[in-house]
Parts: sequence; C-alpha cells; structure tokens
Amino acid sequence: MITTFAILLTLLFETASFFEEVSIIEFVTGTEWTALFSGDQQKFGVLPLVAGTLLVTAGAAIVAMPIGLASAIYLSEYAPDRVRRVLKPVLEVLAGIPTIVYGFFALTFVTPLLKKWIPNLDTFNALSASIVVGIMIIPLIASLSEDAMMAVPRSIRHAAYALGATKLEVALRVVVPAALSGIVSSFVLALSRAIGETMIVTIAAGSTPVLTFNMLESIQTMTAYMVQAATGDIAYGSIQYKSLYAVGMTLFLFTLAMNLLAQYIARRFKEDY
Amino acid sequence: MSTEEIAVKEVPKSERERGKSGEASGRIRFRRWKNRLAHGVFLMATLVGVVVLALLLADIIRKGWSWIDADFFNRFASRIPERAGIKAALWGSLWLISITAPLTFLFGVATAIYLEEYAKKGRLSRFIQLNISNLAGVPSIVYGILGLTLFVRWLAFGQSVLAGALTLTLLVLPIVIVAAQEAIAAVPQSLRQASYAMGATRWQTIQKVVLPYAFPGILTGTILALSRAIGETAPLIMVGAVTFIAFTSGSAFDGFTALPIQIWNWTSQPKAEFHELAAAGIIVLLAVLLSMNALAIYLRNKFQRKV
Repeated sequence: MITTFAILLTLLFETASFFEEVSIIEFVTGTEWTALFSGDQQKFGVLPLVAGTLLVTAGAAIVAMPIGLASAIYLSEYAPDRVRRVLKPVLEVLAGIPTIVYGFFALTFVTPLLKKWIPNLDTFNALSASIVVGIMIIPLIASLSEDAMMAVPRSIRHAAYALGATKLEVALRVVVPAALSGIVSSFVLALSRAIGETMIVTIAAGSTPVLTFNMLESIQTMTAYMVQAATGDIAYGSIQYKSLYAVGMTLFLFTLAMNLLAQYIARRFKEDY
Repeated sequence: MSTEEIAVKEVPKSERERGKSGEASGRIRFRRWKNRLAHGVFLMATLVGVVVLALLLADIIRKGWSWIDADFFNRFASRIPERAGIKAALWGSLWLISITAPLTFLFGVATAIYLEEYAKKGRLSRFIQLNISNLAGVPSIVYGILGLTLFVRWLAFGQSVLAGALTLTLLVLPIVIVAAQEAIAAVPQSLRQASYAMGATRWQTIQKVVLPYAFPGILTGTILALSRAIGETAPLIMVGAVTFIAFTSGSAFDGFTALPIQIWNWTSQPKAEFHELAAAGIIVLLAVLLSMNALAIYLRNKFQRKV
C-alpha cells in the first residue's frame, strides 16, 4: 500500500522538477532524445524512446499471441493428461528463467542466427530483442488463457459435441468465445510485461534512440535508457538524473494503464455460467 | 475426461452411417481433417516453448561448461578472462537474500493475516487488494528507481547491500502477500470455528490453527518469490550495484555486486571469452534457482503429509 504511494510520490516529485526545466510539450512531442549529450545539444523528446518500446512490444506480440493462444488451446482442449503433466512444468521453468539469461540468449544466439538469413542486420537490433521478449511472455499468455478456458463449464462443451462438432469446432466456436475476456486480459497483461521488460532490450536492442519502425536497426527503449543513464556517471540533481524519473513516470503510466485495462476487461466482459 | 472421450469416439460411428448418403461424408471428412491439422498446429505451437528451452540450455552449457571449476568460485572479477571468477557476485547474492528473505516473510505474512483475518471486507480492503495486484505488475526497473530515491538518497544507505536488499523486498512482497493470502484462505472455516468454540481468541486461533495449516503454502510462495529476487538485474542496476568489485562485502553498508549483475557485465563485453564466462555464470545462477524450486516442492510435500 505504502509502496504504491511511495512510487507515485517519488516519481511525481522528481518528474515535476524535470518539467520545471523542460517543457512538457517538448517532452511529449519532441522527436529527438539526446539527454546524455552535453550542454546545448540536449533534447528531451520522449517519442523515440516510446516508439522503440512500442516497436519491440509489437514484435513480441506478433510472436507471443498466436503461439501462446495455440498452446493454451492445446493444453486445455487436446492434450492428454500425461502430456499435460510434462508440458506444464516446462512452461513454468520457461517463465522462471531470469530475463538476464534471455538477454544473453538474444545477443549470443538469436542475433547470430538471424544474421545468417538477414546479412545487413545490426549487431544490436529490435528484431532479435522482440522475438526473445515474445518467447519470454509466451508462458504468461499460455497459462492465463488456459486458466480462462478451463473455467468454461464442461456441460457447454458436451452440448457442442452432442451436436456432432469436432474438437476444433468446439475449441474455436465454443471455448474461445466463452473465455474471451480472460484471453484478452492475458494478452494485455503480457504486453504490459513486455513494455516494462528491461534486460533483454538493454542487451540486445542497442542504445540509439531513433524514431524508426525498422526492426533491423538498433533502437532504444524507455527501460534501456534508464539502465544506460543509471550506469553512466550522472550527477545527483542534474537534468539527466531528473530525466530518469520522467521516463520512469511515462513507463509506469503505460504499464499501470494496461494493467487496469486488463482487470477491467476480465471483470466487465466476463461470461457467467 | 471420460465422457468427453466417449463423445469423440461417437463421431466416426454416426459418420459411417451417414457416409452412405454420399455428399455429407465429404464435408465431414474435411471437418475431421481440419481438426487433425489444427491438432498438429496447436501441438507444434506448444512445443515451441520446449524447443526454445532446450536450445537455450544447450547453448549456455556448450559455451559455459568448460569454465566452471573450483577456481571459478574462488576468484574475483578480472580484466583477464582466465583469471575471472564469481566470488564477489556469489557472496553479494547471498547477502541480498539473507536480508530479503526474513523481511519478505515477516511483512508478507503479516499483511496477508491482516487482510484475510482482521480486515473488514469493504471498500478499503477491495482497494488494497486492487493495489497489491497492480503492484505485482509494475516493471522491476520502476522499483529500482523507487529504491534509488527512498533507500539510497532519502534514508542515505548509499549504494549498499542494504539498499539493494530492501528494494528487492519491495519488489517481491506483492507475490508473497498473494501466495500467503491464498494459503490462509484455503484453511477450512470449520477449523477456525472449532478453535473459537474452545474459547480461543482470534490471535490464538491464527497462531495455533491457521498458520500451521497454511505454513506449507506460505513457505512455497516465499521461496518462489525469492528465486525471482535472485534473478533480478534491473532494480539492482538502478540502486547502483557495482560491476567490478574485488572484495566480499563485509557489512550491510558496503558496496556490492550480484550474480545477475556480473553476468550482465560479462555479456556486454565484446570479447567472446567474456560471453563464455557469462554463460558459466548463468549455469551457476540457474542451478541455484532450480535447487530453490526443488526445495520449495520438497518442503511442500513434506509438510503437507503432516497436516
């Protein structure tokens, strides 16, 4: 409880003093982020960082949503008990691997692999980061969606089987629509996790804040900027130090909005039986 | 399960009967073919996770295994790969956990007891509940900023083990609270009523009846939360863990490094040898995590049999 207020207060306090020096309009609409430059060359437009974050998140969504949903359908509708008992723990292990390990995997395995097919790929690129972030959130989508599907009553499935439906038809036309609120909220939660993910993008996606939608280039996300700024030597109270809080605030607002949205969807559109 | 199997087996029979009327059988065959195809596709999607896990482990073991020997645990970080080790990092992680573990356990259990046993179910407790579940979704790096402001600056702990451990405590507290709440809520109401009927006070009931019953669940939740804390990197970077350190921290106010920080440092070096060192560090980290999970499962089974 106190933690929430502490987070809000510290962020608000330091963010406010940041906006005393940089206008909020410049921050929200500026397209250049050169906070770590010296003196006059500093520009604080957060858009490149937001774009970088959203680019990686979108890529992760493309990887994780179909695979996560298909896994959930398989586990809840098709898998025999024996297979389930093996697969579930594997997904749990996958979910428990620290993100630093995923980051290492992205940089030293996925990127070299991708380079074989795409020779002009930068060493640090959004593509490999978003693939690995996607892999990281698959277990989250799979297990939350599966919970939602398991909650659909047996009797509804049996009604459909009695009409002669195949398993696929039951899964796609009965179970998925009935569990839709849970599935969508699992997507939103997973994407919010992807937005806040730090180590994978810091290691694999690079540190060049550019406004681009090219997956093959090096970019910088909000979280990666925060790591870069915190590890460089910036003086306490300087404008760079305060920018850390402004970016942190933006990130916090993004994820908070998505978490609230997920809870709202799960409650508002829940089908009761 | 069994009824469902029957339902599925019934389909081919009715199909055979209708198959004689010609046209319908083609459609049914197509539908069943689509079903089989989808089955395959869904299975493949599920196996993606398994394959990635196998690739990841194989890749890391291939790169890091040869670097692991007794000296690896006994040497400090070094510019020369052959002389580098994880002594400082391992001790740093131990320090962090030995401070974080008791704190999360105490605060987590206390909060859960309050919410489940004392708090009135009203607006306030619903608000707190919503709050806790939202806290669990806040990115870890934001906790890092909080730790930086609260512990490093305001309470002036400096960039110390203590500041890092307190930050990690805040980070995993929501997880422990939720796990402990579930464990406490699972205690049958009849047990509580039996205790009250004997004239026990609320606290006596909690202490002698509820907690012993809920203990395995709480313990498992705490250990799993701690294994998350061990693997966290971003908040420690924000709090200011140092990456190059050649001593083991002597007190809670010393500077520190930790396993994930060391791994990160090695990963961001351009030299390939350092990447192999990072892989070796990852093997150690994963071994620690796996044994913690195994311990959680073991303890749960052991205590469950007693109750």
